[in-house]
Amino acid sequence: MTNALEIEGLIKTYGDGFQALKGIDLNVREGDFFALLGPNGAGKSTTLGIVCSLVNKTAGKVRVFGCDIDTHLSDAKLNLGVVPQEFNFNQFEKVFDIVTTQAGYYGIPLKQAKISAEKYLRKLGLWDKKDTPARMLSGGMKRRLMIARALVHEPKLLILDEPTAGVDIELRRSMWTFLEEMNREGTTIILTTHYLEEAEALCRNIAIIDHGRILKHTSKRELLQQLHIETFVLDTESALTNAPQLDGFPCRLDDEGALEIDVEKGQGLNRVFVQLEALGIKVTSMRTKANRLEELFIRMVEENAADARGGEV
Amino acid sequence: MTPHAMFTAFNTIVVREVRRFTRIWPQTLLPPAVTMTLYFIIFGNLIGSRIGDMGGFDYMAFIVPGLIMMAVITSSYANVVSSFFSMKFQRSIEELLVSPVPDWIILAGYVCGGMARGLGIGLIVTLLSLAFTRLDIHNLPMVIVTVFLTSALFALGGFINAMLATKFDDISIVPTFVLTPLTYLGGVFYSISLLPDFWQGVSMINPILYMVNAFRFGILGVSDVNPFVALGMILVFITLLSAIALRMLKRGKGIRH
Repeated sequence: MTNALEIEGLIKTYGDGFQALKGIDLNVREGDFFALLGPNGAGKSTTLGIVCSLVNKTAGKVRVFGCDIDTHLSDAKLNLGVVPQEFNFNQFEKVFDIVTTQAGYYGIPLKQAKISAEKYLRKLGLWDKKDTPARMLSGGMKRRLMIARALVHEPKLLILDEPTAGVDIELRRSMWTFLEEMNREGTTIILTTHYLEEAEALCRNIAIIDHGRILKHTSKRELLQQLHIETFVLDTESALTNAPQLDGFPCRLDDEGALEIDVEKGQGLNRVFVQLEALGIKVTSMRTKANRLEELFIRMVEENAADARGGEV
Repeated sequence: MTPHAMFTAFNTIVVREVRRFTRIWPQTLLPPAVTMTLYFIIFGNLIGSRIGDMGGFDYMAFIVPGLIMMAVITSSYANVVSSFFSMKFQRSIEELLVSPVPDWIILAGYVCGGMARGLGIGLIVTLLSLAFTRLDIHNLPMVIVTVFLTSALFALGGFINAMLATKFDDISIVPTFVLTPLTYLGGVFYSISLLPDFWQGVSMINPILYMVNAFRFGILGVSDVNPFVALGMILVFITLLSAIALRMLKRGKGIRH
């Protein structure tokens, strides 16, 4: 299978001397749903900015579906659709005009552009707003407008930089469904997000970046296997005032009074229930605590920060 | 991109530009029409009648070509500088940067958009002038070539200004402190033959003088300079500014980090 994106030795040094990327290597396979994760200022947006030609690279190679951006930039761009983090459309233009104009920039004739714009505006629930100036849209609608605009030329690789930032839960879920559908239809998707729950729910492969370096580049499954401890959340029939003492299972109460229990790999859950039964605590429901990825992410970033501090000394 | 796709992209930019300045016509089309009408009334009718002939023509007929050219220059420049800088400011320039449109198509699209406004204003001012004087065109090809090239040149100037600008003040500095004085001192209201020799010499380094006079030659058949030298100068400036603008686009000056 070909790679949708290949990055080799990517370095970016800004004019003030700040080195945002210190030699990034990254491959994203065609058809993948890929997450690029990292704290603020880690280099996510710079990396994607270089891929999309919004940032000039200092050194390194970037290929989109085999097209080198140094020698075949136009071909590389034809394969790319970009949804940036910040709203970047003319706020005074109408929704339909924004999408058809973008199609025009890709050389799509107006008649065809109108058909494609209608298709994606309908899919994203914006068709009834097609004659509305963009500034009149809600935040969620503006995000969906940027997705429609990025898809109007039917790119093979869709890059989304924080696509659900500031979007309510219901809309976020509907955007996830839409993106999963796009991915199933064959579009390779790369996203950066602060919602690690989002990456865990959507992506198959993940890279974690910090201080301009890739800390981890692997599959989500492999990454999650590195978690030795899984946390379960148990709702109890009667409210607990203190967390019980369980032999071999650290536990605590969360903010809503539910019981959180850490279970190491290989430990059976039966022993938990036996001890709870003995203490007279009746469990009404149980679930795995979400954001397992978040735990791993925080651990990696903290380890990297500690290494960096050690290096400075 | 195929040539057909490039033409579609070019056409998209031009249509978008035209749609922009026609949508805000009270800001873009109306003010120059009002200003030029006041010039015609005050300088042409009221003061001009006391000045008498200039260059063998009554004063109103003499200033009309200069005023048309002044409107074309300022409108062509203003359209591109404000539109492109607004795109930078709102970051909607990124729509173009992520697309496969070649730099020269981006430049050509914006310049043609600026020319559309400049020439449109030129036409409006010309029609308004007919209410005040009669225009007998001496050399139509010279009129058309001069006005098209001048419009293109100042649209290019506006593009470079917008690329360099980092704040809104930066896009008003050149029109206020460079273009306006050069236009007023470029023989719009007088023939430089009226000036002492020293100031005639100084005036000869003002490029706008050549454009105004080439256009005046096309309409009235009189000029303070050789109109063909003027056309040559405009072409040299167009080539130079195009090269600068394309280099800035390639390097992403002010638009890429």
